[in-house]
Amino acid sequence: MARFANVEAFGSPSGELTLLPFNFERTGNAQFLVSNMVGDFIRLTEDEINNVIDLKLKPGDGLYERAYAAHLITGTQQKAQQQLLALRLRSRMSFLREMTPLHMFVVTLRCEHSCPYCQVSRQSTDRSRFDMSETTAQRALDIAFESKSSRIKIEFQGGEPLLNFGLIQKIVQAANTKSTTRGKQVDFVIATNLALLNTSILEYCKANGVLLSTSLDGPLDLHNKNRPRPGGNSYELATSGIRRAQEALGKDRVGALMTTTEASLDRVDEIIDEYLKLGLEGIFLRPLSPFGFAIKTKQYQRYDTKRWLRFFEQGLRRILDINHKGTPFREFYSALVLTRMLTDKPIGYVDLRSPAGIGIGALVYNYDGSVYASDEGRMLAETGDNAFRLGHVDTHDYRSLVLSDTLIEAISASLTQCAPECSDCVFESHCGANPVHHHATQGDMLGIKPLSDFCERQKGTMRLLLEILESSPKDAAILRQWAGI
Amino acid sequence: MTLPLFGIADSCEGFAREPSRIVVRLKSPDTEPCDDSDFSLVKSTVDLIRSIEGKHHSIFVVGDSLDTPVSPSLFNRVISLPAKFDYLDTGDILGIHIPTKKFRTLFRRSSRHNSFLVTERCNNYCLMCSQPPKDIDDNWILSEIKRSLPLIPKSTPTLTFTGGEPLSDWTDFIGVIADCRDLLPNTAIQVLTNGRAFANSTIVDAWKAIGHRSLIAAIPVYAAVDYLHDYVVQAKGAFDETILGILKLKDRGQRVEVRVVLHAHTAPIIAETSRWIARNLPFVDHVALMGMENTGFALANEKSLWIDPIDYRESLCEGVQTLAAIGMNVSVYNLPLCVLERSIWPYAVQSISDWKNGYVEECTKCIERSRCSGLFTSGRPRQSRGISAIR
Ligand code: SF4
Ligand code: SF4
Repeated sequence: MARFANVEAFGSPSGELTLLPFNFERTGNAQFLVSNMVGDFIRLTEDEINNVIDLKLKPGDGLYERAYAAHLITGTQQKAQQQLLALRLRSRMSFLREMTPLHMFVVTLRCEHSCPYCQVSRQSTDRSRFDMSETTAQRALDIAFESKSSRIKIEFQGGEPLLNFGLIQKIVQAANTKSTTRGKQVDFVIATNLALLNTSILEYCKANGVLLSTSLDGPLDLHNKNRPRPGGNSYELATSGIRRAQEALGKDRVGALMTTTEASLDRVDEIIDEYLKLGLEGIFLRPLSPFGFAIKTKQYQRYDTKRWLRFFEQGLRRILDINHKGTPFREFYSALVLTRMLTDKPIGYVDLRSPAGIGIGALVYNYDGSVYASDEGRMLAETGDNAFRLGHVDTHDYRSLVLSDTLIEAISASLTQCAPECSDCVFESHCGANPVHHHATQGDMLGIKPLSDFCERQKGTMRLLLEILESSPKDAAILRQWAGI
Repeated sequence: MTLPLFGIADSCEGFAREPSRIVVRLKSPDTEPCDDSDFSLVKSTVDLIRSIEGKHHSIFVVGDSLDTPVSPSLFNRVISLPAKFDYLDTGDILGIHIPTKKFRTLFRRSSRHNSFLVTERCNNYCLMCSQPPKDIDDNWILSEIKRSLPLIPKSTPTLTFTGGEPLSDWTDFIGVIADCRDLLPNTAIQVLTNGRAFANSTIVDAWKAIGHRSLIAAIPVYAAVDYLHDYVVQAKGAFDETILGILKLKDRGQRVEVRVVLHAHTAPIIAETSRWIARNLPFVDHVALMGMENTGFALANEKSLWIDPIDYRESLCEGVQTLAAIGMNVSVYNLPLCVLERSIWPYAVQSISDWKNGYVEECTKCIERSRCSGLFTSGRPRQSRGISAIR
């Protein structure tokens, strides 16, 4: 008869084990949250984590099995654990293969709104001063097509870009021509307040597959307070514009983004209801922006983060409730974070990546031809801070922009993988570098993370999402759907 | 019922000393032989007469229904088999060792489940192996397969190669797959391997270089933890090599199926194993979670391996759902519908090979019988206490 060895014969003794890289944080009395190199979470008690670190574990004790399956340990002679981590990390980081997929064209600075938090727009009729010229647009387009991505998105920004719709049409046409000769796919989106939307614009968008993205801050009084314009009817124009666009282009062809202000923080339910009412697929509960108005008016204080986290949690829980009642509706920021936490899909979203997405994720071509590494970078420039100005379309090409010292220094200075606090943070795999934000708020590309509201917010949202995933199977099922699993 | 796929012939007349092993393809008496391996299949006196008329020089007699014994002078070569091999039909292929008259059925035209045993050698020694490994020189099997391939109809949809470990003589085996590519270009090939050989880059490169259009390596992974897998396959270091093998295959764009055979060491942890596969190997092409066939070593280890499928019903359901949620192509093999949660019925496949598949009394009352995998009839079948007709 055959002879079989029993299970004890196959375990490695402690001397043949070694640790793999992992991060951890204390979450309570003798409780730890641990994440492996690709951000899979596991909870351990203090004794357990000490035993893992001391390699005091053996097959059959339950801890060995959990630590092994979670890639915290490996056999010294083994290769598969490391290869699996390497492969997964490669997949997670593969957004880097798509160099600069997003190109923003500021076709005009002019705007008929006068939003207090907006730093950049001008109430002016002087086209020659504040509109992008055709030559500048042409140069910018050349640069955009030099980027290595197989598919690029051109986003028209302002001011109010519809005030220079003629140029938009010319750019779309030129880009489509280039697209066929260069074999690079191009998508278009116009970021507009929709106030100037009309039938011919809608027809044009439909014919050319142009998406619309607009701003909707919440209910009428909140939105109109945030966005004053002659007539005081920004809300009416935005909501009716959204409806018309949905009808003309299709529900999935128009999106809305909210700007969070102090006044929003107590009204998350009403804001969500606005989005629901319009039949939008979800909402992006965005943080207060440190740029423009908020900084100028010194409203942007750190204590806001705690209030914002309450706002976010209340909103998220309401959204989950809406889903339980049968209406599918997403919170897009959670969806992004969850996709990072629960899958290895490459997510290049600008706040959730390191290396940062400035320049290598997106370039901004300002109306006057100067090129910035991000939209916020251009706003800083309006206050005289040129830290993210990479060059000018007349003097630079794609290569010299993304290889500029300014960009390389900003990206390499802010890598979370090797930053103090971040490098051993339990959330690092799902977080991101945010050099523009930290430069704006702390005057430092890397940022002092213990003092950073960005960091506090990241930790807060991820802790919340983890807690919901672990404590409520019903909610977790919805959250997993958002992550696509 | 269980078909006898091997046995001993009553007689083999008219053969030279060499070669001692021959491959035989059964032909209808009415069709002309087109290969030296073709034998006219004779099951009655009428067949015999037609064989003479059809100018057959080699005949293959099954059963003893002939009125008169065959006169050796009429045919060059005569093989006769007992009546219990009556299932043999035209187009079927057999391998015969002339001196001992031992034969094996290699290919049955009417079967959806044709599989070639490539070798009995294996570097694993799985607790539940249905084909217990033997450390013998059986390289002749590969030559027999090579001689069989040209005789197989080009319309055959699928072929499986199994063992032992088919890659034990990997250079020869890769030659066999290359022959399949050339001779059976439309046949999907599945290779049941423990995957360890693919930890060696030379072998994966050679595998890829075949350039077969529809080739899949089906590789078992029994746990997310090294020693648990190693214990099941009775080989220390196997987990590491198997996982590396899977990674290298996928890295080179080759298709991989992960298989988990469910028994007392793997079934209770199937939810965890599935979660691990979903998280770490989401790029494999198929995952099959499989009920165990109670045969071979599974009988020797029955005490430690047997678990009634009804007792892992929930964890299996959770495992399937975890995998399905990430978009994995997942199947449940070898388990009757009545022991599965209804929500995973869509993943259940009628997977038990026809020659060892059966149903029990209870099934006659069941409305799902036509979609149910039924039960193994091979080995020493054990019936779940969950078997109960669905009405
Ligand atoms: S910013 Fe904060 S949350 Fe993000 S990785 Fe750094 S320390 Fe962690
Ligand atoms: S009763 Fe028989 S046919 Fe019906 S599901 Fe069970 S095993 Fe299958």
